Amino acid sequence: MHKTLEAESAYLIRGARIAGGDPGDILIRDGVIADIGTGLTADDAEPVDAEGLIALPGLVDLHTHLREPGREDAETVASGARAAAMGGYTAVHAMANTDPVADTAGVVEQVWRLGRESGHCDVQPVGAVTRGLDGRHLAELGAMADSVARVRVFSDDGMCVSDALLMRRALEYVKAFDGVVAQHAQEPRLTEGAQMNEGVVSDRLGLTGWPAVAEEAIIARDCLLTEHVGSRLHVCHVSTKGSVQILRWAKGRGCDVTAEVTPHHLLLTDELAETYDPIYKVNPPLRTAEDVHALREGLADGTIDCVATDHAPHPIEAKEAEWANAAMGMVGLETALSVVQHTMVDTGMLDWAGVADRMSIAPARIGRLTGHGRPIAVGEPANVTLYDAGAKRDIDPAAMASKSRNTPYQGMRVPGRVVATFLRGAPTVLKGKIQ
Amino acid sequence: MRHLLSAGDLTRDEAVLVLDTAAELARISGRSVKKFPTLRGRTVVNLFYEDSTRTRTSFELAAKRMSADVINFSAKGSSVSKGESLKDTALTLQAMGADGVVIRHGSAGSAHRLAGWVDGAVLNAGDGTHEHPTQALLDVYTMRERMGRVDGLRVAIVGDILHSRVARSNVLLLHTLGAEVTLVAPPTLMPVSVPTWPCAVSYDLDEVLPKSDVVMMLRVQAERMKDAFFPTAREYSRRYGLDRDRFARLQDGAIVMHPGPMVRGMEISAEVADSARSTVNEQVTNGVSVRMAVLYLLLGGSGSAIGNQGD
Ligand SMILES: [Zn+2]
Repeated sequence: MHKTLEAESAYLIRGARIAGGDPGDILIRDGVIADIGTGLTADDAEPVDAEGLIALPGLVDLHTHLREPGREDAETVASGARAAAMGGYTAVHAMANTDPVADTAGVVEQVWRLGRESGHCDVQPVGAVTRGLDGRHLAELGAMADSVARVRVFSDDGMCVSDALLMRRALEYVKAFDGVVAQHAQEPRLTEGAQMNEGVVSDRLGLTGWPAVAEEAIIARDCLLTEHVGSRLHVCHVSTKGSVQILRWAKGRGCDVTAEVTPHHLLLTDELAETYDPIYKVNPPLRTAEDVHALREGLADGTIDCVATDHAPHPIEAKEAEWANAAMGMVGLETALSVVQHTMVDTGMLDWAGVADRMSIAPARIGRLTGHGRPIAVGEPANVTLYDAGAKRDIDPAAMASKSRNTPYQGMRVPGRVVATFLRGAPTVLKGKIQ
Repeated sequence: MRHLLSAGDLTRDEAVLVLDTAAELARISGRSVKKFPTLRGRTVVNLFYEDSTRTRTSFELAAKRMSADVINFSAKGSSVSKGESLKDTALTLQAMGADGVVIRHGSAGSAHRLAGWVDGAVLNAGDGTHEHPTQALLDVYTMRERMGRVDGLRVAIVGDILHSRVARSNVLLLHTLGAEVTLVAPPTLMPVSVPTWPCAVSYDLDEVLPKSDVVMMLRVQAERMKDAFFPTAREYSRRYGLDRDRFARLQDGAIVMHPGPMVRGMEISAEVADSARSTVNEQVTNGVSVRMAVLYLLLGGSGSAIGNQGD
């Protein structure tokens, strides 16, 4: 691992605003934050001009599809890790719906090793809840937890653990190793053949609807189950106003539930489907402006704990099709922070400390990820993202580090640019370029 | 008009122009001139992913009567059925120099997608459960012929609204032209947001029938009962079928329409389908005139080209 050597060197970040606070210097040495102050000097350290830049703890994604093993044409662990670094991430959770499914210690260890070899980002595998995502037989959750990959997040994402008894058992079982079940909340019978949010637009377009109730009913059920068995539930990609209300209610009752929202659900609405361009086809689907507003409020007040990308790479041909035949999902790692700035910071709903919490501290805590999501403070691991919130950029899919191009933001002008990402003191991105 | 993808794309003036052009073409055809040279040298491709002999034949006849060259590109037995993508097929048609593509496809929005990939005019001949604009045009044409007007007509559309591209296109076009539409179906076969549509909604056919000038019956597939849209075909038929008793309660002069193919005994009884009030066969005839008009307006000739023929 060539990065280990570089981590020995030192960097002096000058004039960065830590979590949006007053400008200061950050000295990184031997992979940790050695000093913080103003007017710091260090002869052995390479200076990094960070005047006007925001310093955030390295971002952590709870929900990333890296496609390896199985669909290396869409993304590999290595290409996904580069995309993550370019987006300011120092750790991502790789979802289990690969081929083969990450449902054994062997597969999760393989993904974990590929991540280590890439060196651009820590890759923490998520284990499947059920064997082959079949929804019927528990996978060997304990073996995955005990493996070198130390799996703590379990999810059948892409599929819902819809069987209530199996969900109960999974929630109970993971208590033994402080795991969490991350549920893709989608009642399957209510969403057979579903193509987009059920409502005015789907009815007009003649596309089969994915009703909000199919998400909300599962979330309500799972919150009650979690409370009953005293376990921990995480809800993936919350997309509706009703879901936010249910989560608020469940948290009020003391249920140990956390939730994530994707950047695209914070910005885009189902009206984009009017073009029939499946670049906007995603699961759960884009909802209405009212839902978008409720999601932003939920993220601001902490009802929704974190932002997760649901980065879902697909080859071009999977999107160059009729809507119903096109794949669901969008890439998101390289645009997440910009979209969060646009929707949450520039609207005054969240400050930069809030962004640090929702995009680093909270997801690391939910995933029980040690060494990430730590405050930028002396003695902490030097996982740091430098971000130019004043920049503007036009999204160019061809310029992305991801192997796939399926971004819904093509041609859109967004605020902000990741200037540098440090992973344990080593720059994975510097001056906006992958290292 | 560059493409015809949705009946909602037509302004009132454009819709009236199509209807008037179709009437003019029908009038001249009626005087034994069967062919117009207007689209000579133009190529029209019929791209049919769904089996629909009646619609394909209607378009083919319409294009040929306008002297266009017609290529039938049916999904069966072509590269299309071997997994070629719609985009690749589109690029092939583009390379062939198709001036117009008539597409019938099982997926909503496929006509929109095609329009993004070819330079020629795209004519939506039915895309999944989305729309079927020429069907609405020929329905409205038939109403205008029979009733003398469209504005103010009270039209009941009865049946599987949820899955019907005919209903969607008719609601839009009839609204544009000033008719009062009432959709009638069991609530399970009604889209959830139907209260936002520019029409009235009823679950009670008997209440709507005596107040209707036009009753349009839609095909209802008996298989829908497997998905619990209704309990049995018999119950559906009893509550929403147009049988002899209901037929007897229609107003004098009211007409019965059906886009075909009919399921006799399900949504419509045989004697109703064959009665003098039924426009089923006229709809087929009018379909050719309306499609001639649409092809003409999309692909071109000047406004006087029709008038110069036949007279
Ligand atoms: Zn999911």
